[in-house]
Amino acid sequence: MALFLYICYTQSAIAQFNIPETPKVQTSVYDYINLLSSAEKLNLEQKLIRYSDSTSTQIVVAIIGSTKGENINYLGAQWGEKWEIGQEKEDNGILILLAKDDRRIAINTGIGIEHLLTDALSKRIIERDIIPYFKSNDYPGGLNRGIDAIFEVLSGEYQSSGRSNSGGFPILILIFLIVMFIIIVIAISKRSGGKGGNRGNKSGSPSILDAIILSNIGRSSSGGFGGSSGGGFSGGSFGGGFGGGSFGGGGASGGW
Amino acid sequence: MKNIKPWMIVIVIVAILFFWGKGFNNSAVDYQADAKTEWADVESAYQRRADLIPNLVATVKGYAEHERETLEGVINARSQATKTTIDASNLTAENMAQFQQAQQGLSGALSRLLVTVERYPDLKADQSFLELQSQLEGTENRINVSRDRFNDAVNIYDKHIKRFPGNMFAGMLGFDEMPRYKSAAGSENAPDVEF
Repeated sequence: MALFLYICYTQSAIAQFNIPETPKVQTSVYDYINLLSSAEKLNLEQKLIRYSDSTSTQIVVAIIGSTKGENINYLGAQWGEKWEIGQEKEDNGILILLAKDDRRIAINTGIGIEHLLTDALSKRIIERDIIPYFKSNDYPGGLNRGIDAIFEVLSGEYQSSGRSNSGGFPILILIFLIVMFIIIVIAISKRSGGKGGNRGNKSGSPSILDAIILSNIGRSSSGGFGGSSGGGFSGGSFGGGFGGGSFGGGGASGGW
Repeated sequence: MKNIKPWMIVIVIVAILFFWGKGFNNSAVDYQADAKTEWADVESAYQRRADLIPNLVATVKGYAEHERETLEGVINARSQATKTTIDASNLTAENMAQFQQAQQGLSGALSRLLVTVERYPDLKADQSFLELQSQLEGTENRINVSRDRFNDAVNIYDKHIKRFPGNMFAGMLGFDEMPRYKSAAGSENAPDVEF
């Protein structure tokens, strides 16, 4: 059963686990102990990047050996805060922290996610969706199922955040489209030996769906999408990187 | 360059002191405000815990009518804890100790309650109890996170006003040291409650 820790007592003020520095290439899966095969990792990574592209909610999976005695939810909150996962105003980051040798997993929710993915729901996802797979050593299966469950919980969020965002949205989209346009023009001109530089009409603005599709093209063909240096062979990166989200300690953990 | 007068030097020194003091003052104000914001987070995390308790008590009561004493202990500790609040502009070591003691009382009463829950398998399997329990765990984590962030913010502020030469201005401008949230004596021996 669950472990009820009076963490405020047992937690020492000095962190024993050193949270890694914020990585330069900001993507969705960090497997520090090579638990996943490269295909599994790529699959998971791209799934989460696609989700972030369409909802702006950044979900990051970090896999470590041990928390070295720290409470995993406490560590997760500090970790998410340090890396600033999620968008600044929405605080819509989620950090899934898996400590394989401790046999514990934690879902840590950003402040803006807490009301949707509550502690109780996080707990339920861990107990019902993730742990059964982990018990049979199927780590990618458990992570995939858990992430699908999180998507399901958050699926109401997409529309609502889309509406409330509409004020600041067009400028971002415009910048995004301009960057995409330049990348595509460069890509086309390189591929066709520089003769077909300007194919699209400048005045017509592509739909968001186009932008998403194009962003995936841009990501897999050129390495430098969105100013960060996502490699073509890794799963890519979050467009624009981690956005400044904040974590207040919400979430849940479970062991198997 | 021969016509530098003493009064010019004095003006330059006064100007340097003014801007230096201004910079010191403004960052001290910022750091103090940050620490107060963090304190508000600490209090709201504790408040969140207090808000969970009526539900928890009601759920436990449904299964464990006989544990009246333990339940009453929790209720009393809760009312004690919600009574004790600190205005962020009045954070003194005594206030803090009082607040802490009240919250500690509630932590103790809660852990006693959770020990008794062990005897009721039906309660432990109850869906709403499980949800309350995970919320309680999340809230304890929030308390812990916000407390440490408060201490970090106080640390920045205290260092700023204690270090030379800032400490010369600090007294003049009325910046006092802020207390940190210390863990209470004996709390390191508190039992971990395992299910």
